[in-house]
Amino acid sequence: MGGKLFRNFSFFSATLSFFLLVGIFAILFHYAQESMHTFGFDFLWTEKWEPGEDDEGGIFGGYIPMVGTLLSTIIAMVLATPLAMGIAIFLTEIASVNVAKPVSIAIELLAAIPSIIYGMWGLFYFAPIVQATFGGNGVGLLTAGIVLAIMIIPFMAAITRDSMNTTPSVLKESAYAMGATKFEVIKDVIMPYSKGGIIGSIILALGRALGETMAVAFLIGSVMHLPSKITDPTTSIPVLLANNFAEAEDLEMSSMYFLALILFVVSFIIISLAKFYFLGRKVN
Amino acid sequence: MTFKKIVTAAVVASVALTAVHASELKGRGASFPGPVYKAWTAEYFKATGKKVNYTPTGSGDGIKSIKKRMVDFAGSDKPLKPEKLREAKLYMFPTVVGSIVLAYNLDGVKDGELKLSRAAIDAIFTGKASFWDDAIIAKDNAGLKLPHEAITTCVRADKSGTTFNFTYFLNKIDDAIKVSKKPTWTATKVVAGKSNSGVSANIQQIKGAIGYIEYSYKTKLGLPAAQVENKEGHFINPTVKSFQDAAKYASWTAEKDFYAVIGDPAGATSYPIVAATFLLLPAEKTVTNKEVTAFMEWAYTHGDKAAADLGYVPLPATTKDAIRGYWETKKIK
Repeated sequence: MGGKLFRNFSFFSATLSFFLLVGIFAILFHYAQESMHTFGFDFLWTEKWEPGEDDEGGIFGGYIPMVGTLLSTIIAMVLATPLAMGIAIFLTEIASVNVAKPVSIAIELLAAIPSIIYGMWGLFYFAPIVQATFGGNGVGLLTAGIVLAIMIIPFMAAITRDSMNTTPSVLKESAYAMGATKFEVIKDVIMPYSKGGIIGSIILALGRALGETMAVAFLIGSVMHLPSKITDPTTSIPVLLANNFAEAEDLEMSSMYFLALILFVVSFIIISLAKFYFLGRKVN
Repeated sequence: MTFKKIVTAAVVASVALTAVHASELKGRGASFPGPVYKAWTAEYFKATGKKVNYTPTGSGDGIKSIKKRMVDFAGSDKPLKPEKLREAKLYMFPTVVGSIVLAYNLDGVKDGELKLSRAAIDAIFTGKASFWDDAIIAKDNAGLKLPHEAITTCVRADKSGTTFNFTYFLNKIDDAIKVSKKPTWTATKVVAGKSNSGVSANIQQIKGAIGYIEYSYKTKLGLPAAQVENKEGHFINPTVKSFQDAAKYASWTAEKDFYAVIGDPAGATSYPIVAATFLLLPAEKTVTNKEVTAFMEWAYTHGDKAAADLGYVPLPATTKDAIRGYWETKKIK
């Protein structure tokens, strides 16, 4: 009896996530219809977001927020990945236990800080530094990218560290016994062994960076403007949605569902590509 | 048996709670009058024990939720035209007047020192002037040392009644600027923030920034704000006195449901960027409407001081009387 109940419950939980996925997609698709029929594929290349007179109609396009989302995510990933790898290697292989423990705890705590706090800190403390160093307005693509990187580093570092820790000591010790240097052990034993976990951490961090809203809303400038320099303000899909949702009606609302659908599909494609391509190859 | 008891108790409790809940008036909308409505509702509760709950979500949200009859009343900074009101079966009247200031972040230029002519404001927000030492700004500020610093205009990222009223003023100077809750800005450097607090934070953080915010945010955060040239060519500091002078020129009439945008009024001492904020009521809900007008009657009689303390301007006595007459003709008093 208990066994059957448990089996049914776990089956229910497993299928629920699948239905949620399909359900969310269906709802986004349904509400995006009006905008899809009005703009079609032009929506992807239009650089305007202009509600019409008295909130009726207007021209809406997703090009700028899409570019903004991709650029800020790329900046964040480029900055965060090497740093996170360095942290993880340091913690597992180089640091003594006395150092590794407090640093590990600090990193886990950093990962738990709500994003709005990163946003506020970024705007009031970090934006002036970026403005003084790189010029520009203080808020913009670069500031958003750097703070995004800071947000995802602990996340990536913690998962990578855990997966590196799973490397059997037998493998490492055998390599050392053969005369391998520490760098060679890291490069040829630990990295290949924990590849799955490392890529997994990068994918999860990528997903978080793509959808991050609050911190980016504070820092990206929220302007419907294609950036020509890295310090220029622009906007991203989640930021545009968060800023305009309360006030939008009809066609604008539908266009925002269209944008949400695009973000949903893009995240889905990136994560499944990464998963099937990298993790699939590892299994073979 | 026990299960049944628990369910019954839960049902009774929820019914009782809803009953209590129903006596509370619910409203949402414009964030511009948020602080003064908060003060009024708190004092009204203390004086009468009646609860009024107002959530400052934004004018557009207010209009949307009153059209769907989700709330008892809604606030909007953008007045609806009489035909729109009839279409949606709504009543409308103004509650209080507020003002929009141009706050800036310029080293060495203190509060009220910067004078902005109408041409200069137009040049800044359309991108004709991109540096602070541009001749069009420097002309009226001979005593100031304006830096050769790029101008960053701080605007709203969300649709906003404040933007509507500010573009209404800009449109009076230059018809090329459309009156809109969220226009496309053409200035050289634009940074947008969500709500008045987002714009204020951007102004504080960015050197060479200028932006339009509600007056109470200027006083709360101690931001320096410019003198603005009014219709008659005088430079006017944003003070409660100059807002009151401006409010005298508003032309509200009950026949048009008080539809009027009061920006850029006449008068030598009027501050030009003023705006009224409005309440919307669902025409068919007489019972709750009477409760709302009772609350507003109390606010018109006892709320002037609270409004003035927060930097708003109470409506002139004649307008208040006109509104009372409007309530009587609509049978909601």
